Amino acid sequence: MVNDKESRKIVDIIQDFARKSSLFVLAYGTGCGAIEIPPTMTSRYDAERFGIRGAATPRQADVLLITGYLATKSLKRVIRAYEQMQNPKYIIGFGSCTINGGMYWDSYNTINRLDMYMPVDVYINGCMPRPEAVIAGFAKLQKLIQAGKADGWERYQNNLEFYRKNQKKIIHNWVMPDYNW
Amino acid sequence: MDIGRFLLTSITTTALAFVVGMFYAGFRRKITARVQNRVGPPVYQNFIDVVKLWSKKSNITHGVMQHLAPLWQIATSITTLMFIPILVDSTFFVNLTFKGDLIFLLYLMVVGSLGMALGAGEGGNPNSAIGVTRGLTQMIGFEIPWVMALVALMIQHQTTTIVGLMDVQQASGTWLMFSSPFAFLAALLAMPGMFRYSPFDIVGAPAELASGPISEFGGKYLGTLMTNGSIFAFVKLVLYVDIFMGGATNLVLLVVKTFVLYMFPVLWGLVSPRFRTEQSVRFFWGWPLFFGLLGILQAAFL
Ligand code: SF4
Repeated sequence: MVNDKESRKIVDIIQDFARKSSLFVLAYGTGCGAIEIPPTMTSRYDAERFGIRGAATPRQADVLLITGYLATKSLKRVIRAYEQMQNPKYIIGFGSCTINGGMYWDSYNTINRLDMYMPVDVYINGCMPRPEAVIAGFAKLQKLIQAGKADGWERYQNNLEFYRKNQKKIIHNWVMPDYNW
Repeated sequence: MDIGRFLLTSITTTALAFVVGMFYAGFRRKITARVQNRVGPPVYQNFIDVVKLWSKKSNITHGVMQHLAPLWQIATSITTLMFIPILVDSTFFVNLTFKGDLIFLLYLMVVGSLGMALGAGEGGNPNSAIGVTRGLTQMIGFEIPWVMALVALMIQHQTTTIVGLMDVQQASGTWLMFSSPFAFLAALLAMPGMFRYSPFDIVGAPAELASGPISEFGGKYLGTLMTNGSIFAFVKLVLYVDIFMGGATNLVLLVVKTFVLYMFPVLWGLVSPRFRTEQSVRFFWGWPLFFGLLGILQAAFL
């Protein structure tokens, strides 16, 4: 096997397979869409058969699931949770509210486009997306991971200034701890 | 025993414990899923989880003790494994038996949790601190019937080694589970507490304590803890099989016996909600303690 820059080493392929088949999800239940997570995880749709299971804390999680609109206050908490997660980490934006603001697009206290503030890997649209759509979104994320293309965490590291500038526009009293990767 | 052979056999023993324990954890997830009318993850899912956790690219710790805690735990589990006879009269597997090793094991088996308590404390997460206090409280609960069961056996058979107890069963032809039923009941009822499955999962309690002591451990630390969990589960099961079920003469028998025993805490856990801390301690100080007392009386006077 030729090991130039383009080709991926066999160990990368194994690691990406493991990453894709074992996704610990931190569901951040901000919006109304959070109500679709319990049926996705429990008996009816059983996401665990794809290796997707809930994680209790950000430290243990791989996927941050942002279920719907983000109030300006909860954005701060979500950023802290995201920065506590260990690389590689992924974000799934869930519902129209994370894409363009959805039906809250002119609300005074929600953000409109999530990917101005955090690097989103996969969007699931719908208001709200059904569990089938959620599982389809996870399948998309798994495909991206297997191909080594789910690189939201790298984008976040490389464009930290951009994200920080946008975040600070929303969060005025910025009392966050320093970044520790 | 020369050092090369010792290394080889100890690595084989550890690998066996790891693989069997991981598959047991996988079967537990599968059985849980089937009981809840789900398909469930594949039985090898836990191996994938460990590989994934080890291939994380960043691993944060809050200090030396937190860095060492998972290592401490896994070192304790492997040391415990080395003192437990895997098979009856096996010349291959390591068994560092000595006079009094049963008493030594009683101490050794809690050392890992103590190291974990220190490491979890350094994380500074309040959930960890609550989890640790709960864990230590629960330990007071189940250790008493467990120790009483072992003391009953030691008095009855005048031996303080596991090998001695296995020899007793070989000589008499009956398992201690039948000849000392009260001690067995006490030890069996203490077992779900050791495994910390529901209803005794008050330490981890994912929905309530955000997984308790391990809440600040991510990446390879969590991977090490998962590895340790499966090795230690195997250790406990083999210890029970050795003491109460006459040990096993070959690996197939060992796997069958330990699996049957393992189903007891698993199936109990599937149909039980979580206890509160004081309910859990009260449980262990009820019937298990009573059976332990009966066991000692039987050993002393019959
Ligand atoms: S997309 Fe619809 S369901 Fe989801 S949070 Fe927004 S309004 Fe609620």
